[in-house]
Amino acid sequence: MVDLSVDFVGVKAANPFWLASGPPTDGKTKIERAFRAGWGGAVWKTLDAAPSAGDASAAFYRALHGGDRRVLALDGVERASDRDLALDLREIAEVKRAWPDRALIVSLAAPGDEESARRILAEIAATGCDGVELNFGCAPGARPAADAAARVEAATRWCKAATRMPALVKLAPLGDLVRRARAAKKGGADALTLIAAVDAIAGVDLDAMTPAGGVGGMGGPAVKPIALAAVASIAGDPEIAGLPIAAAGGVTTWRDAAEFIALGAGVAQVCSAAMTYGFRVVDELASGLTSFMAAEGYRRLDDFRGRAAANLVDGRRRERDRVLKAEIDQALCIQCGRCHVACEDAAYQAIFARVDGERRFVVNEAACVGCNLCALVCPIENCIKLVDKTEAARAAAE
Amino acid sequence: MPVVSEPPGIADVAKGRVDRATLAANFADLHPPLSPHQALVEADRCYFCYDAPCQRACPTAIDVALFVRQIAAGNPLGAAQTVLEANVMGGMCARACPTEALCEGACVRETAEGRPVRIGLLQRYAVDAQMATGKTPFSRGAPTGKRVAVVGAGPAGLACAHALAVAGHEATIFEKRDKPGGLNEYGVSAYRATGDFAQREAASILSIGGIATQYGVELGREITLDRLRRDYDAVFLALGLGAARRLGLAGEGALDNVVDAVDYAAELRQAESLARVPIGRRVVVIGGGMTAMDLAAQAKRLGAESVTIVYRRGLSQMKAGARQREFAQTNGALIRPWARPVAIEGHSGAASGVLFERTREDNGELVAAGGAFRLEADLVLLAIGQQGALDALAGASLRCDADGRIVVDEQRRASLAGVWAGGDCAAGARGLIAAAVEDGKRAARSIDAALRARA
Repeated sequence: MVDLSVDFVGVKAANPFWLASGPPTDGKTKIERAFRAGWGGAVWKTLDAAPSAGDASAAFYRALHGGDRRVLALDGVERASDRDLALDLREIAEVKRAWPDRALIVSLAAPGDEESARRILAEIAATGCDGVELNFGCAPGARPAADAAARVEAATRWCKAATRMPALVKLAPLGDLVRRARAAKKGGADALTLIAAVDAIAGVDLDAMTPAGGVGGMGGPAVKPIALAAVASIAGDPEIAGLPIAAAGGVTTWRDAAEFIALGAGVAQVCSAAMTYGFRVVDELASGLTSFMAAEGYRRLDDFRGRAAANLVDGRRRERDRVLKAEIDQALCIQCGRCHVACEDAAYQAIFARVDGERRFVVNEAACVGCNLCALVCPIENCIKLVDKTEAARAAAE
Repeated sequence: MPVVSEPPGIADVAKGRVDRATLAANFADLHPPLSPHQALVEADRCYFCYDAPCQRACPTAIDVALFVRQIAAGNPLGAAQTVLEANVMGGMCARACPTEALCEGACVRETAEGRPVRIGLLQRYAVDAQMATGKTPFSRGAPTGKRVAVVGAGPAGLACAHALAVAGHEATIFEKRDKPGGLNEYGVSAYRATGDFAQREAASILSIGGIATQYGVELGREITLDRLRRDYDAVFLALGLGAARRLGLAGEGALDNVVDAVDYAAELRQAESLARVPIGRRVVVIGGGMTAMDLAAQAKRLGAESVTIVYRRGLSQMKAGARQREFAQTNGALIRPWARPVAIEGHSGAASGVLFERTREDNGELVAAGGAFRLEADLVLLAIGQQGALDALAGASLRCDADGRIVVDEQRRASLAGVWAGGDCAAGARGLIAAAVEDGKRAARSIDAALRARA
């Protein structure tokens, strides 16, 4: 029997699928819809104790689309909540009372000084919520200050001094992430949320000749590789390895969540997928993760959490004497030729396009170095595989 | 070259008109299953709609958008669970449902590009993955000690018994034939149920435990409704339609080679070898529903030289939809609308032809239009529908409609206390496997509530 429940820095939840701070979590109405749909927790959209005047504008999003208008990334300029703080605090308390078994974390814009930290945290703690998430990635386009790490450490320390609630520190993948993460730990952070939205321009409107709104914060499938690297970087650093991590950035299906967990995350936060498809994406997330764990014999998430982090290998190196050769399964091949042109133009010219006068795509083993490009561009799953030919190569050399 | 007119009255009905290899191909999967690559490509086309029209169109309200998303995410067993939770016969439905009139017809991609997501094939992909594990994803509920009699092991009966077992009740199915499945086993065309699928599915459904079966037991003969009501805590009647409608023409009962379509379909499905199933050289099919279209197609695939479907009204009034009509036609059957039979001619005790009169509609009523024609026939298949088997319920004082179907409310309760009914034997039935399954589910829910209230 698979058990998806989590205990994340003392916060218990029925499953690791929590909504990330963002447009889906800016109020009781939506968060209760989400809880009814089965989400294990939610991070209330960032409260700002001192909102600056021009901040609160109507939401406007842009997207990066793939084929068939599949949403690959969502990007927005809406920043901190433009709702009345008192209303937010009241609703947070109501939601926590009505849903005691769901994790309810409150996102807070990193305070600028100790006094304001104390004041806002007192109010947040009074709601009975489960913890705070300090958002250091709020202002898009702003470069992290030279003393970013120092600011992270200070703000974290003020928060931890002001409340006993767990504090998650959310960082954007800019500059030296590990340095800022170390600073957060020094300041007393209980966990990290990786990653905050990435600075991005989704596209340019060529008719109006504008980048339609400037730089926004982007999330969704396109940022997942960046988020994976961020999560893995924590495991790779001796000072902060083992610090609990809430992953965020492109979690769309169960496999994405499982990948983050395999790299060490204890929670998978979701925003873009919920914005694209609605809260019901949690059905597929829970079902898929359960099926995967049942098939692999994992009873609890901890049974595989961090397993892949232990196998991290520097991508720039590969065993010198390991020989890999691509092999095209002619029974599955549909003769599109994509492998050939990729190899011709960008790799080692190691795939024949004609054999015995006929259109047929076959690897020239002598020239192939096993770079994997053909296997990646092939449209048919499992049609091209890399086969280990180390033994044969060794034997031939002797 | 002189024309030799064929002598009348030679009942040219023979087996083995088609060589074995062609026969095997003719009766292989009409819609071959999807490969893993095809399933991913197909699932990728789903837009994951809100309040999906496909789900609304499904008589069992399968969460189609979710199961397709699960397939796309590489979780076919999760997809199967989603399907089977709503419809325990998702496997047969995937093969036999008229999806063009249900889920696929409602698909937004039909609206967008005229190419719906191939939901039927995706559903088969998921359920086949589950069947390949040899396990059922369901488990029996804690035993309640309550016992329910289910009459009929067709879709409605099996679905009801299964749902009752999940609720922890004990179900006993009484089936008059010697195998379960109902029309899944004895009616659905062979090319839609290859590999003995109806039996494999029934076995999987029954494997949940808590369901006893008795074959060769018929209501009105070996058992009576009164007896069942006395011996069990509740009764669910899933009798199907026992009696074929009659044309009421002379020769109908007397002549050889005038066969009820449903009987012929059963013979086809149960044949050990299709090469040994006799088919007329010239076949006339009377009727306009899916049974008529499917049998006409099968008749051609068995090697009949000519197959003519005759329907008393117009093409658009046929119960069979355009896709089903086209299926019969592309297999080589000819459809002649606006004609009804007035006599079946025989020669030496066997059918030799059918005489038809042309018809038209006059103020909604069907009347003779003047003119007649004759079709030569070696085999006449009557596919004009069925009605309830009233003799089974004789003296039972169950309210039935004019067609002999049992009148039920939305909970599938019949007019007698403690008696529920569903599937084709219930009034208002849609004649779909999925509708029968839904009846079985609803009745089980209602029976469960009634049994718990009593306790």
